[in-house]
Amino acid sequence: MGYALNFNLIWRHFDKLWGGLLLSLELAVISIAIGIVIGLVLAVWYVSAGRMVRGIIAAYVEFIRNVPLILLVYLVFYGLPTVADLAYSAQTSFIATLSLYSGAYLVEVFRSGLEAVPRGQMDAGRAIGLTPWQRLLHVRLPTMLRITLPALSNTFISLFKDTSIASVISVPELTYGAQWINFNTFRIVEVYLVTTAMYLFTGYIMLFSLRLLERRFRAAR
Amino acid sequence: MATNTQEIPALLDVRDVSKAFGTVQVLRSVSLKVSRGEVVTVIGPSGSGKTTLLRCVNFLESYDSGSIRIDGKEVGFREGGSRQRRGERDLAAMRAETGMVFQSFNLFPHLTAAGNIMLGLTKVRGKSTAEARSIAEHWLGRVGLGHKADSLPAELSGGQQQRVGIARAVAMEPKILLLDEITSALDPELVGEVLEVVRGLAQDGMTMVMVTHEMAFARDASSRIVFMADGGVSAIGPPRDILAAETDNERLRSFLARFRASHF
Repeated sequence: MGYALNFNLIWRHFDKLWGGLLLSLELAVISIAIGIVIGLVLAVWYVSAGRMVRGIIAAYVEFIRNVPLILLVYLVFYGLPTVADLAYSAQTSFIATLSLYSGAYLVEVFRSGLEAVPRGQMDAGRAIGLTPWQRLLHVRLPTMLRITLPALSNTFISLFKDTSIASVISVPELTYGAQWINFNTFRIVEVYLVTTAMYLFTGYIMLFSLRLLERRFRAAR
Repeated sequence: MATNTQEIPALLDVRDVSKAFGTVQVLRSVSLKVSRGEVVTVIGPSGSGKTTLLRCVNFLESYDSGSIRIDGKEVGFREGGSRQRRGERDLAAMRAETGMVFQSFNLFPHLTAAGNIMLGLTKVRGKSTAEARSIAEHWLGRVGLGHKADSLPAELSGGQQQRVGIARAVAMEPKILLLDEITSALDPELVGEVLEVVRGLAQDGMTMVMVTHEMAFARDASSRIVFMADGGVSAIGPPRDILAAETDNERLRSFLARFRASHF
């Protein structure tokens, strides 16, 4: 029990953690935004498509969901440039990977949400003469959003935590910053305590704001 | 029989419509003419095809043979008897001419009472938001909900939701209003307020086809009653003929007897 906690070195290098957190958020926001587009497009396509398209979308989802994210990150960052003549930064590579990854999870969330919209509402939309696109835009998507919001919140927070995997290809996000401080100060307990607190705190803020949004929407159920 | 419904061209003309869900024949050569301003109620045991018939009229369901015309225009299929389904935009435009009120209200949960009514007015009728809002307020006033314009469906009682449902349908100024068991999901004490609204519309001359289990309403408010059984029109005529206890239509007699036993 001779270990005395000393946070001074952590505070001296805190810019590594703070800058890392900002980058983690940036990675998460960009990847989730792209993932939402992928998820929405594929989910809408899925529910209106024939068997073949459904099969292809399902294959994408199953592939991504059954391969560890860290392997996908390696594949895209080290594998792709080897077989194809491509060059991109670690950050770009990670954003591409996490986008595809979040896209696959979000397809599932959105698809089940779209399928949960009561038929009667679609009938009502048809009965007043809305075209298929108008029904999607003004009836199905808004209702789907309300149904899926709790699942979406969980997925977003998961994806935010997944940005820590970017450290394995030296993207200087929060976990990478923590490793850097650890290597340079050997204050392993302190640095990971502070880092954990930062992930927790950010996650809670996200959860809290999403729950607020859910509550606002719940009135409309 | 030379009734006046045959002299004036019918607003709704259903001819020999048949439909099967798989091996189950739900409509068997149904024919029905409804003139402008008429209120026709459709009664019959559950599973007799009443709801399916209504859903065919605005082509929420397709049918296998026969034709349905509103104001002379074939509803779901292109003219010329090819049975080629109309395009989605075309169908949407046709459906805008018929209003429908549902058993389960089917209000859009994310929109207020006024918003529910305004959606079709702005997106389908191309009205400005301000114009749509004033039409919505007018109709909400008509159904006694002028003070609930900004309430969400979840904040309204079943009877209030259904009145919004009616307002949403009639605000589009449809040629014909289809009402599908609109009081069946309501608590008994809320049925009256909804039927009152329908009665008012009937007095205004709105053409209506109404599937209902409210016999008293059918008797008092409709010009004709259609009795459906096993997917076909089993009897049709003025309320006093159809609801007469001494009818020689076996099925109708047993339906009415069972109905009286359970409802009175």
